[in-house]
Amino acid sequence: MRSYLAVFRIRFIATLQYREAALAGIATQAAWGAMEILAFGALYRSEPSAFPMLFSQTVSYIWLQQAFLTMFEVWYWESDISSAIIDGSIAYELARPLDLYGKWFCQASANRLARALLRSLPVLLFSLAAKEPYRLTLPQTFACFGMFLISAALGLGVVTAFSLIVYASLFYTISPSGIRAIISSLAGFLGGSIIPLPFFPAPVRAVAEKLPFACMQNMPLRIFIGDIYGQEAIKGIFLQAFWLLALVGLGKAFISKALSKVVVQGG
Amino acid sequence: MRNAVKALFSREYETVNALSDISFEIGDGEMLGYIGPNGAGKSTTLKIMCGVLIPDSGSCVINGLTPWKDRIEHVRNIGVAFGQRSQLWWDVPVIDSFELLRDIYKVSSSEYTKSLDELTSLLNLEELLKTPARALSLGQRMRCEIAASLLHSPKILLLDEPTIGLDAVSKFAVRSFIKKRNAEHGTSVVIATHDMGDIEALADRILLIGKGRILLDGSVSDLKKKFSNRKTVSIEYIGNPPSAFEGVSILQARESHAVLSLEPEIVSVSDAISFLAEQTNLTDVSVSSISAEEMVAKLYSEYGI
Repeated sequence: MRSYLAVFRIRFIATLQYREAALAGIATQAAWGAMEILAFGALYRSEPSAFPMLFSQTVSYIWLQQAFLTMFEVWYWESDISSAIIDGSIAYELARPLDLYGKWFCQASANRLARALLRSLPVLLFSLAAKEPYRLTLPQTFACFGMFLISAALGLGVVTAFSLIVYASLFYTISPSGIRAIISSLAGFLGGSIIPLPFFPAPVRAVAEKLPFACMQNMPLRIFIGDIYGQEAIKGIFLQAFWLLALVGLGKAFISKALSKVVVQGG
Repeated sequence: MRNAVKALFSREYETVNALSDISFEIGDGEMLGYIGPNGAGKSTTLKIMCGVLIPDSGSCVINGLTPWKDRIEHVRNIGVAFGQRSQLWWDVPVIDSFELLRDIYKVSSSEYTKSLDELTSLLNLEELLKTPARALSLGQRMRCEIAASLLHSPKILLLDEPTIGLDAVSKFAVRSFIKKRNAEHGTSVVIATHDMGDIEALADRILLIGKGRILLDGSVSDLKKKFSNRKTVSIEYIGNPPSAFEGVSILQARESHAVLSLEPEIVSVSDAISFLAEQTNLTDVSVSSISAEEMVAKLYSEYGI
């Protein structure tokens, strides 16, 4: 365990080195959040009852999404893992007494967590300082907040496990960009990063809500804003746990199969 | 261009066995130099030995373990250095990478401090430890890489071009450190390299491979003898240039300097020198055997690899 925590630690330290990237991220996310909220505001003004979530809920959803963007968005890849596979430094990774899957899982989740830690607080403060009705609304009960934390941790697990499967596919391709582009847009759309899932037409929504993508940001964010609560929230957390286990199992099998035919080119 | 267009529709593949019939044993505490031209299969062999690559067939047992089957157990006891790659975290100070390795290999803090102190003084790392790896020069980084491979005091060292990019002082330091490890801890070392200095300094035994096959297996001095007994004699002189005589031929002669080749079966070194001294006024004489570099170049051409 100590070894895996050490991997987590160094990835965390390494990510904290990128201060300018974090500053740029904070500015982008605050501005993007504000723009998105203004756009939704214009739509809500024309017919507020036509929307599946209250305006204050949509506002909070967007702020949280921007604050934790680096934690839950599939497209924040861990480039060290893909480059290890592509340039062959995987040779060193395999020469360590660590389970490769466990190591990569720690590394990828630490990267997401460290990035989010640097960026979320300023964006959250900014969103709490915004004027009504554009302000972030905090959960009303501790139970709701507690469930949000559990769901967020599971969401981080699901998105990490999912991304590891994508990395493993790099054993079979040469360039990561194509597969990343497709997966990023598909996962983003189905995960509620463009519009929240309740805004989808009912039949699409019914399917999308069962998929692993809905277990990334969709679940914790909607628990936080009170759109999913009580029994439904508990069910949602179980769905997340199910997908986490399934994706971890799939990823492990995929990676061990890929390793049996690993090729390290050029020295 | 024509071929590139053709390759869009059909490509020709040829199956190449990276290694075939490679079979050897290494004793405890032995230092083996693994040589062969580019693409011979040296790195492939080492990567199989450290559990990175899985061969299609064949067996490999190290300390009772098969590297690719018991990878995690096996790699705990080995140290690897791939000169072409980096094991240091690029953007963080070197010491953080070292601490990561300490935790990965579960080295106790007292042992860690001991190894680190030893490595730091021998490889002169003091000032490098607080620097991020990306800010180091190639040679500085390589010294840190070597230290990183040795922090957990492995029983077996598998080194793939460990002195690539090092300056003379660092090469010397790395070699003497490896020798010291071998002498004090009985560490077995396998070193794949193109640097014959490494081989002369470290290897008791060399293994030559080419096109995936073992061509030669023996000690460095045996090989040198077997290959050629010829000595090279360089002389400085004043006066008449020397002329060739039986058993001695002149390789090059310039004013006041000549290089001669001598066959000890025909004429002994001392006889040759006294004969030369009669011919001319010698001011300096040096006698050397064939260098490892020359020997290897000859070996490669002899085997057509």
